[in-house]
Amino acid sequence: MTSKLILAAAAALGLGFAPGLGAGPARAAGGAGHVTDFAFSFEGPFGAFDQAQLQRGLQVYTEVCAACHGLKYVAFRTLSDPGGPALSEEQMRLFAARWEVMDPETGEFRTATPPDHFPASALENAPDLSLMAKARAGFHGPAGLGINQLLRGMGGPEYIASFLVGFTGEEREEAGVLLYENAAYGGYVAMNPVIYGDDVVYEDGTPATPEQIAQDVAAFLMWTAEPKMMARKHSGLTAVLFLIGLTVLLYFTNKKIWAPVKGGGKAA
Amino acid sequence: MSGIPHDHYEPSSNAEKWLEKRLPILGLAHATLTIPTPKNLNWMWIWGIVLTFCLVMQIVTGIVLVMHYTPDTSLAFASIEHIMRNVNGGWAIRYVHMNGASLFFIAVYLHIFRGLYYGSYKPPREITWIIGMLIYLLMMATAFMGYVLPWGQMSFWGATVITGLFGAIPVVGADLQTWLLGGPSVENATLTRFFSLHYLLPFVILGLVVLHIWAFHTTGNNNPTGVEVRRTSKAEAQADTLPFWPYFVMKDLFALVFILVIFAAIVGFMPNFLGHPDNYIEANPLVTPAHIVPEWYFLPFYAILRAITFDILFIDSKLGGVLAMFGSIAVMAFVPWLDTSRVRSGRYRPQFKFWFWGLVVTFFLLMWCGGMPAEQPFVIISQLATLYWFGFFLVVLPVLGVIETPTQPPATIQEDFEAHYDPNTGGTRTLPTPAE
Repeated sequence: MTSKLILAAAAALGLGFAPGLGAGPARAAGGAGHVTDFAFSFEGPFGAFDQAQLQRGLQVYTEVCAACHGLKYVAFRTLSDPGGPALSEEQMRLFAARWEVMDPETGEFRTATPPDHFPASALENAPDLSLMAKARAGFHGPAGLGINQLLRGMGGPEYIASFLVGFTGEEREEAGVLLYENAAYGGYVAMNPVIYGDDVVYEDGTPATPEQIAQDVAAFLMWTAEPKMMARKHSGLTAVLFLIGLTVLLYFTNKKIWAPVKGGGKAA
Repeated sequence: MSGIPHDHYEPSSNAEKWLEKRLPILGLAHATLTIPTPKNLNWMWIWGIVLTFCLVMQIVTGIVLVMHYTPDTSLAFASIEHIMRNVNGGWAIRYVHMNGASLFFIAVYLHIFRGLYYGSYKPPREITWIIGMLIYLLMMATAFMGYVLPWGQMSFWGATVITGLFGAIPVVGADLQTWLLGGPSVENATLTRFFSLHYLLPFVILGLVVLHIWAFHTTGNNNPTGVEVRRTSKAEAQADTLPFWPYFVMKDLFALVFILVIFAAIVGFMPNFLGHPDNYIEANPLVTPAHIVPEWYFLPFYAILRAITFDILFIDSKLGGVLAMFGSIAVMAFVPWLDTSRVRSGRYRPQFKFWFWGLVVTFFLLMWCGGMPAEQPFVIISQLATLYWFGFFLVVLPVLGVIETPTQPPATIQEDFEAHYDPNTGGTRTLPTPAE
């Protein structure tokens, strides 16, 4: 929380000129629904992915979501990259071998290899999930000023987790299609509820409550959307610290150069 | 270069003399670095360096991005993901380029408002100002076309809305729109030409930046007092100015690096804050986003576009909106002749100050309304703000020069500087001794 405040202060300092900056993202898709501000381990400048959570999320995706949704931008090999689920090379190869993908050259289905990508969505209406955590904003406003996004983040993974546990149980039929009410979406959606609790059995013994499952898969999808997040934050921190050091040096250099011109100080 | 008396470059070694006779490039570098600069410049005079840095940064990162990007509607979105996932450091280059556009516009808006406040557009700096406005216009065109290249939902629909504006022009509008798009709608031909122009225009901007700098190096910098540097003798000029190197180079570098701390924090910790989530969805001509919103730096003018909801005589509201939007930018190019005051700096114009800060507030109000849905109360706020925007330039500026009683600016820059920094406490000597 503290780190978030520091970041917010830094950003507010820099963007003080333009309070309307966040106005664009503030009214992203949806907006009417209720999104819970789940606490994710990767929030803030110092937050990091929880490797065990990403592996649980991968399991949820594989056993539940993948029935309909694809991850076409994600290559199996990246599952063993540092800063992600970080499966061992062996685990990753075994995992890839469980999938069937269409060979782009022969057009025939075959067993997947590490360089292959996850398949695209099996169901035509189901959107690909590779970038979903960046394609939704869970937080908005107030009044289109983007302040909530500045303080709490864009809210993509929070939106996904809230969505998965947000089904109210209300249904309605429209043009022969059954729609389900979802509190996070703020209306009726075509996707049916999929998370009821104990939908998966976690190997690490984590209780598979609906909230747990929803957060785990949301964290995993944040990784699929931003696989280089750890490298980014690390480089960002290095850059900020380096530039602060340079700023201090330049401040004193500049002060010294101007000292003979400005004299002892400001006049009374 | 400037008409301010100062020492010129004298080649000392034989090699320098040889080169200088054939290509006076050392003399040019010397003149540029030693140019006498008003010593009282404040911190609002650092944005030029920030802008130059932004231009170079955008060109360098852009050239690297082009090495991996594919301008084809079926491949563009995936090629951006390729950059983000597979290219070494690709995510960094792309996020720097993406947020670099925002830094560029923050700096240009501060630079423009600085110019407005201190009367930097007034004679003899009209050409500098107009070139600056051309640069700003090209920046907007470049940024707009660049935003289309990732081929996300907002890329596609933004391009559809903005190019649709040209369709509102009478008689030639529909043909013009088709010509711009390369077809009846936004498609592959649009993407490829936007890509080509997005690569070309930054170099046109670079050329104009050289002219912009050349122009104000000819007239000399404006300064917070708006009082000209004394040119009658070298001694007087030296009392008003300091050479660009090292005084202003170090000051500008310090400011630039301080700003880059914040920039690095945004790129490292919240690179998508200024973007729109919908642009992480691949363009789909069959699905219109709920709200089509341009990037934040276009919002004030987007609000003016949408503020014209009524017909004016034979001009329908759509064409009226387009005219108002382009007019709101064009009107700024005419301020050298719209402002009738004989006092240059707003610092000595009490009434101007009031109206100027009103303009700044108006700018933010428009930015806010531009991001909100086109419904009340945002429509009426946009309309009033649009009225103020045009009123400021077309009515307030001409009239104020006549009715306002300005306060007395200092006689010289030296006087202004010494009012802040006392020379008696070991500071500058007012005039160099003859021994110097």
